[in-house]
Amino acid sequence: MASGVKPRVKVPKTAAAGEAVTIKSLISHKMESGQRKDKEGNVIPRSIINRFTCEFNGQMVIDVTLEPAISTNPYFQFEATVPEAGEFVFTWYDDDGSVYDTKKKIEIA
Amino acid sequence: MEISRRETLALCLGAAVLTMMPFRANAAVEDAISAFTGGADVAEGGVTLTAPEIAENGNTVPIEVSAPGAVSIAVFAAGNPTPGVATFNFGPLAASQSAATRIRLAGTQDVIAVAKMADGSFAKASATVKVTIGGCGG
Repeated sequence: MASGVKPRVKVPKTAAAGEAVTIKSLISHKMESGQRKDKEGNVIPRSIINRFTCEFNGQMVIDVTLEPAISTNPYFQFEATVPEAGEFVFTWYDDDGSVYDTKKKIEIA
Repeated sequence: MEISRRETLALCLGAAVLTMMPFRANAAVEDAISAFTGGADVAEGGVTLTAPEIAENGNTVPIEVSAPGAVSIAVFAAGNPTPGVATFNFGPLAASQSAATRIRLAGTQDVIAVAKMADGSFAKASATVKVTIGGCGG
């Protein structure tokens, strides 16, 4: 697997019930496209994150399919509705089968 | 052998079609889009695609898509070696059908966003991005 993969997400700590919050997520990953060649002219094999999902209390917020055209360190910004206090679960799926996840709790203010 | 008027016309038409071929938008993109839409008609409008007019670095081009009422939005880059960029599927808790990300563009080209609406119809928007440095290695 790619070394030094570190997921980072930015979620507000509190929200009003039913409020829409903006979420920003970033994961450090080299996202090797499978198009580049090394010095000897060999194609560097593709190694990317192919899927990213965000769930809140088990309900889907967004499910993104990634292709090699997504930049290094894939970044996503989107909006989610927060009906009650709970936990966001962010999951990234690597080409090599690794799964990275991170969780963020949110309170109702 | 004699060539009839009908045959002459057919030949001319064939030649015209052949010369038109290169002007057809990248066939791979059309294939990718029809794979997403299942061959359904795609209307213009209803989707907002925000992309810079000029991107200095094709390795990270910030884009934003938004389509109120969409269940999913697929983004394609017409001039990349593989046209697919990303597909966003919105769940019940998505507050707005919009998302922003950063993409790679191999060169100056059109970026196309196709949205699948809740009623099963499709809409698209496109934007041309000028790229100064391509984002495909090399």
